[in-house]
Amino acid sequence: MDLNLDFPKVKAIVESSTEKVDSLIDSYAGNKEQLISLLQDIQAEFNYLPQDVLVKVSQKLDIPLSQVFSVVTFFRAFTLQPRGRHLVTVCLGTACHVKGGSRLVEKMERDYGIKPGGTTEDMRFSLETVNCLGCCALGPVVVVDGKYESKINPDKLDRVLRGYK
Amino acid sequence: MAKVWIDSETSIEVEAADGVNAVSLTVDDKEIIVSAGQTILEAVQRVDGIGNIPALCNHPAVKPYGACRICTVEVSEDGGSKFKFVASCLYPVKNGLIVKTNTEKIRKLRKGIIELMLARSPNVKRIQELAEEYGVEEPRFVLGDQDCILCGLCVRACQEIMGKSAISLVNRGIYREVAAPFYAYELTEECIGCGDCAFVCPTGAIKMGDDGRPILPKVKIPYGEIEALMKKEATSPS
Amino acid sequence: MVEQVRKLLEKRVESVAELEKLRQSILDKKDSSRICISVCGGTACRASGSEAVVEAFVDEIERRELQVQVEMKETGCHGFCERGPLVVIEPKKIFYQQVKPEDVAEIIAETVMGGKVIERLLYVDPASGEKITYESDVPFYKRQTRTIFGANGEIDPTNIEDYIASGGYSALSKVLTGMKPQEVVDEIKKSGLRGRGGGGFPTGRKWQSCLDAKADIKYTICNADEGDPGAYQDRSLLEGNPHSVLEGMIIGAFTIGSHQGYIYVRNEYPLAVEHARIAIEQATDYGLLGENILGSGFDLKVTINKGGGAFVCGESSALMASLEGKIGEPKAKYVHMSEKGLWDSPSLLNNVKTWANISLIINKGADWFSKIGTTGSKGTMIFSLVGNINNTGLVEVPMGITLREMIFDIGGGIPNGKKFKAVQTGGPSGGCIPEQFLDTPVDFDELTKLGSMMGSGGMIVMDEDTCMVDVAKYFVEFLKGESCGKCTPCREGINRMSEILSRITQGKGKREDLDTLEDLAGILSAGALCALGQTAANPVMSTLRYFRDEYLAHIEQKKCPAGVCRELIRYSIDPDKCEGCLRCLRACPTGAITGEKREPHILNQGLCIKCGACYDVCKFNAVIRQ
Repeated sequence: MDLNLDFPKVKAIVESSTEKVDSLIDSYAGNKEQLISLLQDIQAEFNYLPQDVLVKVSQKLDIPLSQVFSVVTFFRAFTLQPRGRHLVTVCLGTACHVKGGSRLVEKMERDYGIKPGGTTEDMRFSLETVNCLGCCALGPVVVVDGKYESKINPDKLDRVLRGYK
Repeated sequence: MAKVWIDSETSIEVEAADGVNAVSLTVDDKEIIVSAGQTILEAVQRVDGIGNIPALCNHPAVKPYGACRICTVEVSEDGGSKFKFVASCLYPVKNGLIVKTNTEKIRKLRKGIIELMLARSPNVKRIQELAEEYGVEEPRFVLGDQDCILCGLCVRACQEIMGKSAISLVNRGIYREVAAPFYAYELTEECIGCGDCAFVCPTGAIKMGDDGRPILPKVKIPYGEIEALMKKEATSPS
Repeated sequence: MVEQVRKLLEKRVESVAELEKLRQSILDKKDSSRICISVCGGTACRASGSEAVVEAFVDEIERRELQVQVEMKETGCHGFCERGPLVVIEPKKIFYQQVKPEDVAEIIAETVMGGKVIERLLYVDPASGEKITYESDVPFYKRQTRTIFGANGEIDPTNIEDYIASGGYSALSKVLTGMKPQEVVDEIKKSGLRGRGGGGFPTGRKWQSCLDAKADIKYTICNADEGDPGAYQDRSLLEGNPHSVLEGMIIGAFTIGSHQGYIYVRNEYPLAVEHARIAIEQATDYGLLGENILGSGFDLKVTINKGGGAFVCGESSALMASLEGKIGEPKAKYVHMSEKGLWDSPSLLNNVKTWANISLIINKGADWFSKIGTTGSKGTMIFSLVGNINNTGLVEVPMGITLREMIFDIGGGIPNGKKFKAVQTGGPSGGCIPEQFLDTPVDFDELTKLGSMMGSGGMIVMDEDTCMVDVAKYFVEFLKGESCGKCTPCREGINRMSEILSRITQGKGKREDLDTLEDLAGILSAGALCALGQTAANPVMSTLRYFRDEYLAHIEQKKCPAGVCRELIRYSIDPDKCEGCLRCLRACPTGAITGEKREPHILNQGLCIKCGACYDVCKFNAVIRQ
C-alpha cells in the first residue's frame, strides 16, 4: 500500500475511509478482549493510530477510552504519530550489541537527527529498535521496510539508506 | 469458634459456619484467629496488639494493588523452615501461616524502598515521615521532583468506587503517569468532577482545578536525565 | 464450491484408524527414488537470501522438467544459521552452505542429476581444514542430540501431510483412545520434564494442579513471546514445526479439560505467526483440531494472539492480562495461574519448547525421556549459541553437556583468534559465567548455583574485547525500557542501577557505587512484584562477582580494559601503518582527522567523539583503540 505520509493527506485519508474503519472495527464486535489485535490491524492500515479512529474503537466496542489509551501507550508496537515513508529498525539484541549494534542508533541520531521512536522532519525515515530478531549470526542487523540488511556498520548503513528516498 | 473482626476494636465470637471459616495463623509470634478470605494486611490492621505494617498504595475502599511493596512481610508455609517475601496487602491468610512483619531483613527492605521513593519524591510529606521512621537520610541518588508515587489509588477509586474510567495509568517504566485519555477530559464524558481521586491520593499530588476537573501530576523527565539535560544546556554554546 | 467442500471433507479424518490410513497413503505416495532437496527457509536464512535460492530451484526444476524426479522443499530453520543459506540433498544429506541463486543450476546438474559433489559449497571444518560432505559429519551437528529440532530439516511447515508422514499426531491418537487424563499427567511427571521457558517448573506438577482445579472453563496457552535478546529457538520451532507445538497443546488441553487455546506470539515474528496460522487451519481441515477431534468428542479451538512489543508479556500473568485486552501488567501470583489465570479461570501455560516435548514423551515414554539428561534436568534443551562464536546457531543437546563442549566442540570456539571471556545464559534474568566454570554441566540447578540460570536457552558467548561492565549496563538498560512501571523496586531500582552503571562506564564511578548496587539488588530480589524485577540485578551481580576487577578499573583508574566504554578509550592513528588513503578522514563525522593523501593522518583528540567510524573503515589496522 503506497501511502504518502504528509500529515494533512493522512488526515484526509482517514476521514475518507470511514467505511473501511467502521467495517474493520465492526469485525471485532463482541470480541473486545482482542483489542490489541484490532489496534495492530488499524496501525497496519494507516501506519499509525489516528486519534479519532481510537475514539471510534472505544465507542463501538464499548471499551473505556482510558483503557485504549493505556494499551496504546504501553506497547511499543503502537505509535500515535504518523511514521515516515521508510521504517528503519535496528536490532539491539545482545548478540548484535556485542557486535556493535548500538553505534548504528547513535549514527541515526547524529546524522539523521532521530532517536528511536522518532521520525525525520522530511518524513523520510522513522527509527525503531527491536530486541532481537533472531538473526544473531548476521549481526548487526537492520531492517528497512521489511528488508533485512546484515553485518551492518555505520558506514554501510549510509550506503543502504541512500537508496531509500 | 471463630473471632470475626468488625472493626479494629470490635470483634465477636461466632460458630465456625458455612462461609465463615476460621483461620489460625501466627503473626510476630502471636497466634491469632481471623476469618478466612482476607489478606494478611487486613488481619493485622484489625487485630489489636499486632504491630502495624506501612502501606502506601492500599485503601480500604478499593481492592489492593501491590505496587508500593512497602507492606512486604516474610511468611512461612512449612512451619518456619523456609520464609519468602510477599506483599501482605495481597497475600491471603492461611491456616498455620507464620508471618513476620518486622524482621531485620524486612526493615532493610523497607528502608531501601523508602530511599528510592524519597529520591523520586523528596517533597512529599508522607514519604518524609516514613523516611524519618526508618532512618533514611540523604538518598544516594539524584533527586527527582515527582509528587506522584504511582500508587494507582486515584485510578482505582475512579473505577471501583465511581464505576467510571476517566483516568488511567499510561506509558510504562519510569515514564509511567496518571492521565486522562489523550490528556484531555473532553474526549469522553467519564470525569464527573467527583474529586475522589484527589481525596484518596496519599501525597496530595492531585488537586482539583477551578473547572471542577482534577489536575493530574505530569511526569517530569526522569531524574538522571534531568542531570544530563542540565549538563547539555550548560556546555552547549549559546 | 461444492468441489472445494468435497475436497475438504475428503481430507478430514474422523477416527484414529482413518488417520493411520491417511498416514499410510501419504507414505505410499512417496516415491523413494525421488531426490529431495531441503532448503532452509528460517528467518535468518531468508535474511541471507534463501528465498531467491528457493525461487532459483523452482525455476530450474521447471526448466529441466524434473518435477517427477526431484522434489524441492522449503523447510524450517536447520539451526546452523552462521552458514546460511543452507541446502541439504537427500538421501545421503549432502550439506551445502552459503548457497547463492547462481549455484542452483550447477547443484541440479552436478549433484542431483550427476551425483557429484561441488567442493566449493561444502563446509570446511576450521579445526582440521577438511571439507565435510555430509550433514551428520559436520562437527556442529555431530555432537547434538536433535530429537526435537532435527525434524525442522525434514518437513515443510506449511504442509501438514509432511508432519503426518513423519509420525505426527500419533501421540494425540494414543492419548485420545487409550489414556485417562490422570495417566497423561503421571507420564509427564515421571518424565521429569521441567518448563523450558525460564522458570524450570516441573511440568507434571503444573498439569496436575490444572487438572485438579474445578472449573467449567479452562484455558491452554502457548507462550511464544520469546523476549530474551539472543534467543530465537521458540521462533524457529514455531516457524519450522508448528504442528509439534500444536499436538502438545491439544494433548494438554484434553488432559485438563480445556476447550480454548491461545498461542501468544511476539509481534516481531511474522513468519512464525503465519506458519502457526496455516498449521491451525490445516489441522482443523484434517479433523485434528476443532470439533470432535479424531472422533473422540473432544473439541478445542486455538487462536493466535500477537504481542504488542513488551518483554514483560513473557511473564505469565502479564501475558494473560494482554490476552484480556489490558496492559501487560503482572500481578501477584499468590494463587497460581493454574487455579486462577486467564479471566480468573484455571490456565495451563507452557513455553513452545515445553509443548514440543509432550508428543515425544507420550510416543517414546517417560522412561526413555528420563534417561536423557541429568538427575535434576531431564531431556534435551535447545539453546541459541550466539555472540562471539564461530558456529552461530541453534543447538539441541542433552542436559548435562558441559559449557566447554557446547562452546568449543559444537560452537567451534571463538573467531579471529580471540580468547573466551564469559558466556551469558538466561537472558536479562541470568548472569555471566567466566572461564573457570567452563566444565560445568548445563543443567537448571548447576547454572543457578553459579549465579546465572538456564532461562529460555539463550547462550551468548563473549570474547576478550567485551567489557563486562558494559554488558551489565546493556541488560539494565534493556530492563529499564521493558519494566512495566507498576512496582517501586523495579521501576525506581532498575533506573537507579542504570544511572550508576552509566556513571561507572563514563569514568565517574565511586567506590560506594558497588555497595549501592548490591543494596539495590537486595531490594529488587525481595521486593519486586514479578520475576522481571526480582531477577533484574542478576547480570549486574554476576559480573560483579566474577569481574570485580573490571569494575574497579573503571572506577579507580578510569580505564576500560576491554576498550569498549566510550569515555574511557582513546583512538589514535599509527603513523607507521597509515597509508594516507583518506578513508578515515571522510568517515569521521566531526572532522577530527586531518591529513593529505599518502601522508599519515592525524586524529585531533579534542574533536574526537569516539564513535569508532575510523576504526571500522581503516583497511590497514592503522587506527589504534586503547
